[in-house]
Amino acid sequence: MKRRTFLKGTVAGGMLGVAASAGLLAPRMVLAAWPEKAFKAKTVDDALNALLGTSDLSESGDIKIKAPDIAENGAVVPITVSTDMKADSISVVIAKNPSPLACSFDLGSNTLGFVSTRVKMGKTSDLIAVVKSGGKLHSAKKTVKVTIGGCGG
Amino acid sequence: MNISRREFLQMLAVASAAGVQLPGQVMARGQDAKSKLYDVPRYGNVSFLHFTDCHAQLMPIWFREPNINIGIASMKGNPPHLVGKYFLAKYGINPNTPEAYAFTYLNFVEAAKKYGKVGGFAHMSTLVKHLRAQRPGALLLDGGDTWQGSATSLWTNGQDMVDATKLLGVDVMTGHWEFTFGADRVKEIIEKDLTGHMDFVAQNIIDSQWEEDVFKPYTMKEINGVPTAIIGQAFPYTPIANPRYMVPEWSFGIREDKMQQTVDAAREAGAQVVIVLSHNGMDVDLKMAGRIRGVDAIMGGHTHDAVPKPVEVKNPGGITLVINSGSNGKFLSVLDFDVRKGKIRGYRYSLLPIFANLLEPDAAMAKYIDKVREPFKEELEEELGTTDDLLYRRGNFNGSFDQLILDALMEEQDAEIAFSPGFRWGVSVLPGEPITFEHVMTQTAITYPTVTLNRATGETIKLILEDVADNLFNADPYYQQGGDMVRVGGLKFSIDPTKTIGNRITDMELDGKPLQANKKYRVAGWASVEKPREGRPVWDVVAEYIREKENVKINDLNLPKIKGIANNPGIADL
Repeated sequence: MKRRTFLKGTVAGGMLGVAASAGLLAPRMVLAAWPEKAFKAKTVDDALNALLGTSDLSESGDIKIKAPDIAENGAVVPITVSTDMKADSISVVIAKNPSPLACSFDLGSNTLGFVSTRVKMGKTSDLIAVVKSGGKLHSAKKTVKVTIGGCGG
Repeated sequence: MNISRREFLQMLAVASAAGVQLPGQVMARGQDAKSKLYDVPRYGNVSFLHFTDCHAQLMPIWFREPNINIGIASMKGNPPHLVGKYFLAKYGINPNTPEAYAFTYLNFVEAAKKYGKVGGFAHMSTLVKHLRAQRPGALLLDGGDTWQGSATSLWTNGQDMVDATKLLGVDVMTGHWEFTFGADRVKEIIEKDLTGHMDFVAQNIIDSQWEEDVFKPYTMKEINGVPTAIIGQAFPYTPIANPRYMVPEWSFGIREDKMQQTVDAAREAGAQVVIVLSHNGMDVDLKMAGRIRGVDAIMGGHTHDAVPKPVEVKNPGGITLVINSGSNGKFLSVLDFDVRKGKIRGYRYSLLPIFANLLEPDAAMAKYIDKVREPFKEELEEELGTTDDLLYRRGNFNGSFDQLILDALMEEQDAEIAFSPGFRWGVSVLPGEPITFEHVMTQTAITYPTVTLNRATGETIKLILEDVADNLFNADPYYQQGGDMVRVGGLKFSIDPTKTIGNRITDMELDGKPLQANKKYRVAGWASVEKPREGRPVWDVVAEYIREKENVKINDLNLPKIKGIANNPGIADL
């Protein structure tokens, strides 16, 4: 039961990613290989260690995160992560969520490094994109602000 | 003691003799100051006139500029974060001149009596016609916050302003408060009223499901043979700062990537001049100008900054001019480019204050405004009471008109604490003047006006203050929302704008006692963005309060203690 078999391909990955991050599916229901420990981890390091075997990240300028600076609705924050690297997997971690790991996509060998999904954010946090490529973890981050709103203009 | 037009002209002539000039303007000694103030010689062949954030003020008004407009981090001491004497020094304006009156709060009451009201669509119309006669082909751009801000615009569902801007001859507009009339109404106006007259552009609003453009991202216009693109940038945080239920299917945001793509597409389509008509707010405009290639000028609004000179911002593509044209119909920008063989060779810029005493009202516009006001005249002109003190709103913290609203909320709702939004619109009332119902509406005319009363813990109150403070003072402009600090009644506190979220607000006290995190307090407010509510509109509460008082005096302007701001030219003691 390999860890990496839990999500295969961008289409299926996208769907499951949405469902899981929106809390619609209990993790155990998705697939037998669901990395429950990673998704239940309470810290970024624990989640990455459980999911990818290490939490050593090297910052990369070759990962692009498209996400709002201020979320219009913290419950559904649209994000896109893309990279020109040959990616084995793309994962998204939200540092200040109670369970930081939001989603992870295993990419086939012919798949472009591009994933788009929606994540839930409890409060203002760094959103960290982790790309596994060449046996190493590369990362980029962006702050997404979650605000109570009102009082503008 | 309004001075006569003749005296005003003489003063302008004297001021100009003393070396007072706005950029691009030449006021010659001894000549007719009126024709000189507004005689901005044509330059080049591609011209834009721009006004923004008029907030539906069809009539001339008083509008006091802020004495607190703090810039922090890289924004400290830079335009637009300069007030009073710092502003005058930066732009070489002499104190006690008409320009000092237009651009700063200094000696406001005295200067207002001397130089008269500002703005008014009939007066602006005269100026627009005058400038257009000199510059055939010039485009008139409206930066938005046009359909909201007055009783008549609210009562006509924006229609009075839609028709006024058509009469004024606006060519292109973008929006913000327009959206608070709801998505359907905006669409209806564009289809029924604007089509064939005016383009409504916004590159940063997309359908949240399909991610398709809701509006035209940009429009191409040929000016004297030069293809010109005007790209719209609506207020990026409309569904956060204003009720999301008004535009449930639209997603906003800054959308920098899409902006660059739109600029590139316009250039590819042959645009030789690219203008961004922006409702970002000036700090966001400045940051964006440094990161987007290929924009010749950002003509912006939202934060209501009147800045006499463009800021020239370097970026990988060259230089982008950032211009912000004030608010409430007080100013008109004139931007001229000399374009030859597909290249811009130079530019001239002026920000012209609209002195109602100096400009003959345009007859057609004056007649139109009379017609609009006619059915509402009695309600508008009701004198609720008088004021002993100057009433104004604009500034980072409580203005005196806000204080009046807060006092009314606390008394009428029997609350210990009151919150009122940090809107930047709302006109001023001079000491001794009657406060009319129309005045109250200039502070409150929104589509979600219901007053609220909540029981909130000290912890929640602190959270709200921290959240709003971060929207104003985040060191990164892209995380700001462009409103001023929430106005607070009853509660005393200190604020350090230079700190980060969670650490700015301290010393919270109610009646001399520290606020307790777990205790619940009665908090009054209005303008909740949550969901439509039943209840009294805030203007009723405020009007009733003034009627009861008859004579208003602002004894205690509840300003926070401001910390961490030494030698900041964005704050001046009165």
